[in-house]
Amino acid sequence: MDQQMVMYEEEFKLISAICERLTREANAKAVLLVDKNGQYITSHGEIDNLDTTSLASLTAGNIAATSGLAKLIGEKEFPNVFHEGEKDNLHLSIVAQRAILVVMFDQRSSLGLVRLRVKKASEELGGIFVTMIAKAQSHAQGTPFAEITDDDIDNLFSE
Amino acid sequence: MSFINYSSREINCKIVYYGPGLCGKTTNLQYIYNKTNPEAKGKMISLATETERTLFFDFLPLSLGEIRGFKTRFHLYTVPGQVFYDASRKLILKGVDGVVFVADSQIERMEANLESLENLRTNLAEQGYDLDKIPFVIQYNKRDLPNAAEAPELRRLLNPRLVPDFDASATLGNGVFDTLKAIAKLVLTELKKGG
Ligand SMILES: Nc1nc2c(ncn2[C@@H]2O[C@H](COP(=O)(O)OP(=O)(O)OP(=O)(O)O)[C@@H](O)[C@H]2O)c(=O)[nH]1
Ligand SMILES: [Mg+2]
Repeated sequence: MDQQMVMYEEEFKLISAICERLTREANAKAVLLVDKNGQYITSHGEIDNLDTTSLASLTAGNIAATSGLAKLIGEKEFPNVFHEGEKDNLHLSIVAQRAILVVMFDQRSSLGLVRLRVKKASEELGGIFVTMIAKAQSHAQGTPFAEITDDDIDNLFSE
Repeated sequence: MSFINYSSREINCKIVYYGPGLCGKTTNLQYIYNKTNPEAKGKMISLATETERTLFFDFLPLSLGEIRGFKTRFHLYTVPGQVFYDASRKLILKGVDGVVFVADSQIERMEANLESLENLRTNLAEQGYDLDKIPFVIQYNKRDLPNAAEAPELRRLLNPRLVPDFDASATLGNGVFDTLKAIAKLVLTELKKGG
């Protein structure tokens, strides 16, 4: 069973900065980070016309199916997946077993450049995720929800 | 696993609708989608075959409002019910916070219900979850059909532990939101425990 994922302000800032830098250094249109379970974490770049919630869920489904395929043929996973379009391409890579780094790019960049930049960014993100998971474990008792009441929950449903 | 984001002050939970083929999982999500205000829902995604059988999953993101300054978001998924899609069902159960089992009330589907319930238990166990310990509710769907089994019979067969259960006709919408509210409440209550 996965560990509870908790994102704190501090790590969020670090992660966002890495996505911002990766967008720049890879000449990407956009960079997104999503949880392997399909939850959107953060992004940078041209995402105004992008449905990031759908993208997160489909990316997770895509990676889950691809990893299933990998196991079938005796591979642990396919850590990098590339989808080539007419104009825009997607490069997906698994980070720290927990997240997926999505890079969207067009002819202003190249697969080689994206791969190179993603490698470094993944390593850095990996380190942050390790810290984050450890932190979530040690703070496990202090969830903001420990104090919610049954009334709070009922109120959500009282339209 | 729920995802708590202090930075955006959001909490995300994943609910999976499980059950045998054609029991009405996708219909549940479609009804919820149709009856929810635009600002409270995202796009519904259905990865389906040409005959509208779920091939991989349906996905519907919902926002329920705020608790203590945190936006609560629920991601609803359905699995493909057809027996041979088992590999996909396992993938969709990853990171689940709560399960709705949609049973088909028709007498001739009882065998399929039991098999699917057993399959749910096995697939959860493979990922380290115990069906008896996670938020879980049962829906007896298709109550409108003449060949529906009697409610006490369904409960005896499918719900020995007496988890919250609901009669429903997903096409008409009866019982759909009662089911959703019940599972959402159980998930939030679990979160409160620090689950
Ligand atoms: N009469 C009646 N028909 C229903 C009800 N709920 C669903 N159906 C019908 O049953 C059929 C199958 O419904 P779906 O929602 O696609 O079933 P599913 O569980 O998603 O099936 P899979 O994707 O194959 O797992 C459709 O024709 C629905 O209209 C109900 O409450 N009453
Ligand atoms: Mg379906």
